[in-house]
Amino acid sequence: MNFLTSVIVSLIAVGAVLVVGTIGGAVPALHPLFGVVIPLLALAVFILGFIWKVLSWAKSPVPFSIATTCGQQKSLPWIKPDKLENPSSKWHVVGRMALEILTFRSLFRNTKMQLDSQGPRIAYGWELWLWVAALAFHYAFLTVVIRHLRFFLEPIPAPIQLLDALDGFLQIGLPGIIISGFVLFGAAGYLLFRRLAVSNVRYISLPADYFPLFLILSIAGTGLIMRYVVHVDIVAIRELTLGLASLHPSVPEGIGIFFFIHLFLVSVLLAYFPFSKLMHLGGIFMSPTRNLRGNSREFHHVNPWNPEVHLHTYEEYEDEFRDRMIEAGLPVDKMPADAADSAEKE
Amino acid sequence: MKIYDLGKVTVGLVIFFLVFTFPLYYNMGKATPPPEPNIQTEAIAAMSEPVCVENTEYMRANHMKLLNEWRTSVVRNSNRAYPAFTGVRYEMSLSNTCMECHSNKEKFCDSCHNYAGVSPYCWECHLQPKEMK
Repeated sequence: MNFLTSVIVSLIAVGAVLVVGTIGGAVPALHPLFGVVIPLLALAVFILGFIWKVLSWAKSPVPFSIATTCGQQKSLPWIKPDKLENPSSKWHVVGRMALEILTFRSLFRNTKMQLDSQGPRIAYGWELWLWVAALAFHYAFLTVVIRHLRFFLEPIPAPIQLLDALDGFLQIGLPGIIISGFVLFGAAGYLLFRRLAVSNVRYISLPADYFPLFLILSIAGTGLIMRYVVHVDIVAIRELTLGLASLHPSVPEGIGIFFFIHLFLVSVLLAYFPFSKLMHLGGIFMSPTRNLRGNSREFHHVNPWNPEVHLHTYEEYEDEFRDRMIEAGLPVDKMPADAADSAEKE
Repeated sequence: MKIYDLGKVTVGLVIFFLVFTFPLYYNMGKATPPPEPNIQTEAIAAMSEPVCVENTEYMRANHMKLLNEWRTSVVRNSNRAYPAFTGVRYEMSLSNTCMECHSNKEKFCDSCHNYAGVSPYCWECHLQPKEMK
């Protein structure tokens, strides 16, 4: 799909979500639907869809060791293996997975290919910004999600209050600036910019790439607006969210319209999640190229559903045709007398 | 169809489920009543009609922004006069204007701030008022 079409289609989709959310917020009669029913349904779709997707992946057999490597596999004792890049034991796999999930090591190795300035030669350069922005985006998102737990938990656990205080340690303005929200918005914005600005990334981008970005930017944007520009009644919001989390739904009056837009965007994100590329949240744990041991030199991996192949070995062939081979003057491994001996022994 | 590594997959899915439904079992389905900020103070009772510097709806969502504007106005521009929506001019002062009526910090300020998990740093500089006993 043409990139402009992809961007426009995604913008229209997110725009439609924004319009529906605005209607939900503007019409008080729709508040129970948009404040309680849709979020709970979205959560159910998210959880059940996630489980369904993971189980559908678990149905795919992985008979061979297909770990991707960039290090020496364990083989002979005098060859030093690279335990992290090519893990041969379970714990080394755990180490590799943990570093992949927590620090995105494979993005760290991202390179770009371009023509050398010296002449028409291909040169490879280290391209770190994707890794930096991805780390910033994911950790800011995690922080924002954990901070939002203060709306859903009673009493509010001390670690969440501590995180809140750390996140807002700049103490600029009132309500104080919290860093993670801006980092989330900025990093997502950079990832969108990169997708649009780098021609080869733009070439492979589809609506499925733009839509989640626009959606997350809208979520972060409405969140920032509510905190810093058009303030909303936090106490009323907490009454609603706490009602959701304790399954005693209540829809207080006087909640700003932006809250319903924000909540509807999040509901759409949750419901969309299991059917989209965002499922890399679960998928990263199930990547056979990451979570298998690189032990193809240690073990012979046999495809377990290989059909039973009937082999006709040379011994059997000679047993069958020995007399005729001798007749034709062909050399045989065993003379008829030896063959009879060995047949008796067996 | 066969599900491979069912044990590991199950462990992963159970962790996923427990993480994402954490608020549901943390609250154990108990409802928490929303706070009711108490405005029963002598100063408010003495008013013929209780009135703040802005209307209640605005104050509920924006009081912190207003206080921040007051702070800037007083500290940077030495302007202490705030024309309220009623036309009355109030002195921009947390301790003297706000707390004159809302002298019950624990029952007024803290009731919502504790509920929403907000810890404003007003009282790191301002003297915390002595509660009317």
